[in-house]
Amino acid sequence: MNQQENIEQQLWSYIDGFSSNGERASIEKLIATNFEWKNKYHELLEMHQLMNTTELEQPSLRFTKNVMEKIAQYHIAPATKNYINKKIIWGIAGFFFTLILVFLIYGFAQVEWTSSTDSKYTIDLSRLSQVDYSRIFNNNFVNGFMMVNVLLGLVLLDRVLANKRKKFQKQS
Amino acid sequence: MSTGLGDNEIISRVLQGEQNAYAELVNRYQGYVFTLTLRMIKSREDAEEVAQDVFIKAYRSLADFRGESKFSTWLYTIVNTTSITFLRKKRLDIHSLDNERVFEIADGKDSGFRANLVEQKSRVNMVNEAISMLSPDDAEIITLFYKAEQNLEEISRILRLETNTVKVRLHRARTRLKEKMEKNFSEEVKNIY
Repeated sequence: MNQQENIEQQLWSYIDGFSSNGERASIEKLIATNFEWKNKYHELLEMHQLMNTTELEQPSLRFTKNVMEKIAQYHIAPATKNYINKKIIWGIAGFFFTLILVFLIYGFAQVEWTSSTDSKYTIDLSRLSQVDYSRIFNNNFVNGFMMVNVLLGLVLLDRVLANKRKKFQKQS
Repeated sequence: MSTGLGDNEIISRVLQGEQNAYAELVNRYQGYVFTLTLRMIKSREDAEEVAQDVFIKAYRSLADFRGESKFSTWLYTIVNTTSITFLRKKRLDIHSLDNERVFEIADGKDSGFRANLVEQKSRVNMVNEAISMLSPDDAEIITLFYKAEQNLEEISRILRLETNTVKVRLHRARTRLKEKMEKNFSEEVKNIY
């Protein structure tokens, strides 16, 4: 930021009333003693006052009538907090939490803790491609877990849709 | 005709089913909403359409207004999102810095014409003209601050920005406005300073 910009920024803060007491005092002193600051201050103040005097634009005379005619076709929607069921939110949160937890437990259960004492904490990334992923995903435990998750997801979806259907029936 | 009721009082009446009471809110804020949309969208016809849309959206979601902020702040949030959606649909870039070049080109094209036209106009009109040359972002922040009676915290809520960012953007917008005025209305500006 160059010096000119810095002066302007400080003066705008002063004019808008955002400066602290200390800043105000030093800016007032500069305005009183420094010609450049004084000139710039009057220039910005003039602009500030000018912007405050601008008038609002007005829409066409039929504006309110048009809006009122249009809203006559609508109803006020119920407040969002009324139709967002907290149980569903907690259900979704619980679902993901359980998912993460089970994956963590499963992951830790696979670690061979005894072999870690011999390791020198080196990871051979080239061995990653040698991992037999089909073994992991063919595992009965994982398949069973996935199935439970899909079922839970479907139950949640069913509840959301049922709630929506009830609301729609009430409104109509 | 003004009822003298506060915004929140009118809102409760509307929520209780007195739909006509909403006309008072429309009358009260139409100037502010229209000025904001016009300064962002630039075309009167489109701005009026968007302003109407804002009031319809506000009516439909009135039950969501919890009174934690001023009604005007809540309403201008709808103005902001509706105008941005409109501009995006029209494939206009709303970002000031990116847009600056486009507006510079537009300015260059008709600056001579504007200079002659504005000779007869008042200072107020000159400011309005200069604001209309700004990018939607700059014009919006200046209008919110000077015309829509919103403080920095309220503007930051409307624009979903940090208060400090709002401060910086306001400063930059004013600098650009000053530049536009000096470039396009040099004679008038000389008389002012």
